[in-house]
Amino acid sequence: MRVVNFTHGELYAFGAYMMYLWVMRLHANFFVALLLAVALGVALGALIEFVLLRRLRTADIDTTMLVMIGAWIAMQNAEQLIWSGVALSINTPFPARPLQIGAVSIGWERLFVFVVAVGLIALTYYVINRTRLGKAMRATFQDRDTAMLMGIDVKRINTATFALGSGLAAAAGALLGPVFVVQPGMGDLASLKAFAIVILGGLGNIFGATIGGFVLAFIEELGAGYISSGFRDGMGFLVIILILIFRPTGLFAQKERIG
Amino acid sequence: MRRAATVAGLAMLVSVPLWLKSPYFLHVLIITGIFTTAAMSLNLLLGYTGQLSLGHVAFFGIGAYTSALMSLGFDLELTDTWKLVVEPKSTGVAFAAAVMVSALFGWLIGRLSFKVRGAYFVIVSVSFAEVVRLVALNWVDLTEGPMALNNIPPLSVWLPEIGNYRVLGKVPNYYLMLAVGAVSYVVIARLVHSRAGRAMTALRENEALATSVGVDVTRYLVLATIVSAATAGAAGAVYAHYVRIVDPDIFLFIYTVTMVIMVVTGGKGTLAGPIVGGVIFGIVPEILRDLAGPEVQWIIYGILMILIVYFLPQGIVPAVRNGLQRRREATDAGMEGITSTAAARDGGT
Repeated sequence: MRVVNFTHGELYAFGAYMMYLWVMRLHANFFVALLLAVALGVALGALIEFVLLRRLRTADIDTTMLVMIGAWIAMQNAEQLIWSGVALSINTPFPARPLQIGAVSIGWERLFVFVVAVGLIALTYYVINRTRLGKAMRATFQDRDTAMLMGIDVKRINTATFALGSGLAAAAGALLGPVFVVQPGMGDLASLKAFAIVILGGLGNIFGATIGGFVLAFIEELGAGYISSGFRDGMGFLVIILILIFRPTGLFAQKERIG
Repeated sequence: MRRAATVAGLAMLVSVPLWLKSPYFLHVLIITGIFTTAAMSLNLLLGYTGQLSLGHVAFFGIGAYTSALMSLGFDLELTDTWKLVVEPKSTGVAFAAAVMVSALFGWLIGRLSFKVRGAYFVIVSVSFAEVVRLVALNWVDLTEGPMALNNIPPLSVWLPEIGNYRVLGKVPNYYLMLAVGAVSYVVIARLVHSRAGRAMTALRENEALATSVGVDVTRYLVLATIVSAATAGAAGAVYAHYVRIVDPDIFLFIYTVTMVIMVVTGGKGTLAGPIVGGVIFGIVPEILRDLAGPEVQWIIYGILMILIVYFLPQGIVPAVRNGLQRRREATDAGMEGITSTAAARDGGT
């Protein structure tokens, strides 16, 4: 959409907090809570697009960015106000004993997260590349005027895209919230890592983003192992800087995409 | 008229310590002034070249750390045999080093990242600030990491007839802040009114056109980044010697955001904008502090930022100026203005 979405991390945190609300406070079923968290994330994303971004369609990228930064600050502090800064943990229905495969042991919840994540990636790929909605999205971002001439409701597509992205962010938060802990600043690192991954893979490239995610994780672990564990999260930023300097189109893109 | 207003404004700023006796408010003013200086440096990039640097606090923090480290001295084992030992230097040398090191990083970032523009430059600058923060946090041998650098000596300046004078306490630091702010203002004002400044504005307005008439885009962008980074570094050094403790939290993103809000509220691309915005956003939080907790304060900040973008997209200074301009056309010939309003006026007369 060519919007630098600073609220993305807050939607990630929002998903995690909704998970906490449903599971720990309202004692809902874990899986039902997951679905609810994602649905609420979609709704919140649509709301943000509708209230804040719709009227800025023709504005330049700096203007939308400033609005998104404002929204991000307000949202993060609202979280802090509502939930306080204390880290919260979420119980899961998975057995505590890890799954043993030979010498490797994996926690059940991590396995679950992995499977769901793969499912979501596949689903997103399918929606964007194989459905009418996805076709309309791609057309809109290639050339909105032509898309409009072809009878695509560009406004609605924008809302749908933002809602889809927000739902995915909320899903990520809802999945990882129980694995880690839930706290107000959790979204910052997540969104910066998401930036790194997207730049690594090339903007508007789901396949690239998926590979980029794995590459970033490897680089982080190698960096943590060989340099210092304090620099684990710094690796993401170094990757961003290096990629943008040497290969600004991302590792997997064929086309020039500098905006 | 305009000159009289400037003199009156300066006289008011200079006389503040004479009538404001509360050390707390003086402290607020000093911090406000330091951040306003940083905001002025950001404005050079954001307002005049149109590049949004969201890692600007990195230059501020690098200035603070450099000046602190130079005046405290440090030793660094680079390899087993080669050791870099820096004896404590005088604060004047430390200050100059801070400005130079910040400028060097400005050159580096400008050189590297102006291959990319717009959103990409924003992300590079954010990443740069975050890398620098992590270095400050983790390179404990050099920066003491989260333990922070303590006991930074106050700046000392040589004054005629007094000799070396240690800038210690609120009132002297207020004047120091004012002096550094004024010098920064003059440097930036001279730059934007020069040929280079016009080249910067030209490439903000229309890069392709600017290039086609022979403006070396990269050169002027790098120049702007260097001056901007050096100014931010100077502000950081003043900050370090005033609060006398520097920790990695100085690199927090929220400080960059504060600077951006100051510039955007006041009016980007105007010399007075960052000052107006800086004063508003330096003092308003202090007033809000009694009324609301820090979270509510930040929520108000965020919402204000959105509202400003919607309702005052050019900022306060251009809005006020346009209002005045409509009233009296004659007196504003010497003012620097937004190109569009200037063009509109020229077209009208």
